[in-house]
Amino acid sequence: MGDVGALLAGFETALQPQYLLFAVIGVLLGTAVGVLPGIGPAMTLALLLPLTYSLDPTAAFIMFAGIYYGGMYGGSTTSILLNTPGESASIITALEGNKMAKAGRGAAALATAALGSFVAGTIATVALSLVAPTVAKLAVQLGPPDYVALAVLAFLTVAAMLGSSPARGISSLALGLFISVIGTDSLTGQQRFTLGLPTLGDGIDIVIVAVGFFAVGEALHVASRLRRGPIPLVPITGKWFTKQDFRRSWKPWLRGTVIGFPIGTIPAGGAELGTFLSYATERKLSQHKEQFGHGAIEGVAGPEAANNASAAGVLVPLLTLGLPTGATAAIMLAAFQSYGIQPGPTLFTEQSDLVWALIASLYIGNVLLLVLNLPLVGVWVKVLRLPRPYLYAGILTFAALGVYAVGASVEDLVLLFILGGIGWAMRSFGFPVAPAIVGLILGPIAEEQLRRTLAISQGDPTALVTSPFAAVVYCLVVVAFVGSQWLKRRQARLDAAVFAVAQASTTPGGPTAPVDDSRLASTARASSKEDGQ
Amino acid sequence: MTIVVGYVPKPEGRAALVAALEEADLRGESLHVLNTSKGDAYSDPGYASQDDLAEVKALLDESGVPYELEHRLGDQAGGAADILEAVERLGASLVVIGIRKRTPTGKLLFGSDAQTVLLHAPCQVLAVKAG
Repeated sequence: MGDVGALLAGFETALQPQYLLFAVIGVLLGTAVGVLPGIGPAMTLALLLPLTYSLDPTAAFIMFAGIYYGGMYGGSTTSILLNTPGESASIITALEGNKMAKAGRGAAALATAALGSFVAGTIATVALSLVAPTVAKLAVQLGPPDYVALAVLAFLTVAAMLGSSPARGISSLALGLFISVIGTDSLTGQQRFTLGLPTLGDGIDIVIVAVGFFAVGEALHVASRLRRGPIPLVPITGKWFTKQDFRRSWKPWLRGTVIGFPIGTIPAGGAELGTFLSYATERKLSQHKEQFGHGAIEGVAGPEAANNASAAGVLVPLLTLGLPTGATAAIMLAAFQSYGIQPGPTLFTEQSDLVWALIASLYIGNVLLLVLNLPLVGVWVKVLRLPRPYLYAGILTFAALGVYAVGASVEDLVLLFILGGIGWAMRSFGFPVAPAIVGLILGPIAEEQLRRTLAISQGDPTALVTSPFAAVVYCLVVVAFVGSQWLKRRQARLDAAVFAVAQASTTPGGPTAPVDDSRLASTARASSKEDGQ
Repeated sequence: MTIVVGYVPKPEGRAALVAALEEADLRGESLHVLNTSKGDAYSDPGYASQDDLAEVKALLDESGVPYELEHRLGDQAGGAADILEAVERLGASLVVIGIRKRTPTGKLLFGSDAQTVLLHAPCQVLAVKAG
């Protein structure tokens, strides 16, 4: 097995002290942003994108992977102790986890979340190491029309799945495609949409768009919805983890992994869906049904495992086909591009060192997170004391600094804040931002492949669908479109049912009842609207 | 006349509350217990939870001193401003605050609510250390 050797070589790279340090920085930063409601891994990666101009790719991707996994771990802490999901994939954890904490079993809830994340993260990373090279081997044989088909698949599924309606997703995608064609056409040298401005002659840097949409736009959006008033923090009490907890947790962990990983690999709108499905499954299978809604440990173990497994699943299409299935994956793709690395089938052959180091760092990141997370829980809770105005001001400053550092041009800054304003408006009106980034990144690739296909077929458009692979993909597009709408409706139903249960079980006069359920529901809506991955 | 006490659910806050109770009893005045938060962070350990408030109420009821409890989100200026505002509004005769050990760096970075109250209160100030 050449892959095992490659993986071991990857470990050799990732375990070097310098890269290990980047992994530690990544997981710490990732957990911190995961803990803070409103800011997630996508925003953090966007803020750090300008770093890609000075850092070597291996270090950058090891750090990014740490942030990505760390975010998944961190979200659960806030969910359990504050009843406000730290990020969208932890919404479900808040339901049972917070009840457990209030019943004096907070420590057990944190432990099952952390251990479940570790187990699922590790199993899913193994699955990634096995599946990805195989898919990559198949993917190398694809021709130009197949790429066009894949891009169409990515466009439509991301646009249809994220956001509050497909129409909004598609308009966001169109905006991204439009931004991607601004600049000088690489084949003919014609100026497109530059308005004669020299700044736009080279097109708009993806980094500026990503930072503008995900950091500036997102920070403005979250800040504009600033809710006042601290939320009572449930103190961590109880035994960490008993034998009985383990007996009740291990099956949900494994089931969560099995549900989460495939959901991550398909463009289904991110990790959230997996957590909802896992919660529903656990509720159905549990022998302690009466405990659901009052702090059932299965309801924490399953969804937490599912969200980490999805995180690994997302990397399969990203690394093998260059298809991002969510916001965080789209930003990682932007990072690959800013290094001049073409993500896609050739990634595994051309950049095999980098890819395997990245995968090895995922194993390492999981161990680091398990070691760091539980003992440092007190520190993570302190992060929540940060006054929010400082946080948002800091994000905006850092975003501006990063973009200015890249080009040292004032035009870039103006552009950044214009795009930030657009991003803010989009978010406020329920338009998802991720499809715009996906369009922006895949647009030029799709365009080039489309022209190449048409050049080869001498202008015959049927060449686009006659390749068997492309035909299959177009069928998949239809299936995925119908399927995603079905899944979405199912999730909405599940959503409503789950929140109804939560509402019913807390309303009888808990002292914190007036704040937390309405808050949970509204924050959940706000954060789940889009970012997922 | 009224005595204003700035309460926080921490040892120094409890010490201040106990001292204020004794003083109110001695002077035969009523007590105004104040707990506010700027409300700009997701969690604020200085903002009393319902359990803390129940504890405070039990203590106050037991003492028999007439009291008022003010538990709300303050304006953005911070705890010291809220205390001074209450003192002025009620025409208080005494302010009781809890103080704790601070490092010079901590004071430089975050300022000191106790110092602001001490310097700006129009009445007497009783500063209490946790036992």
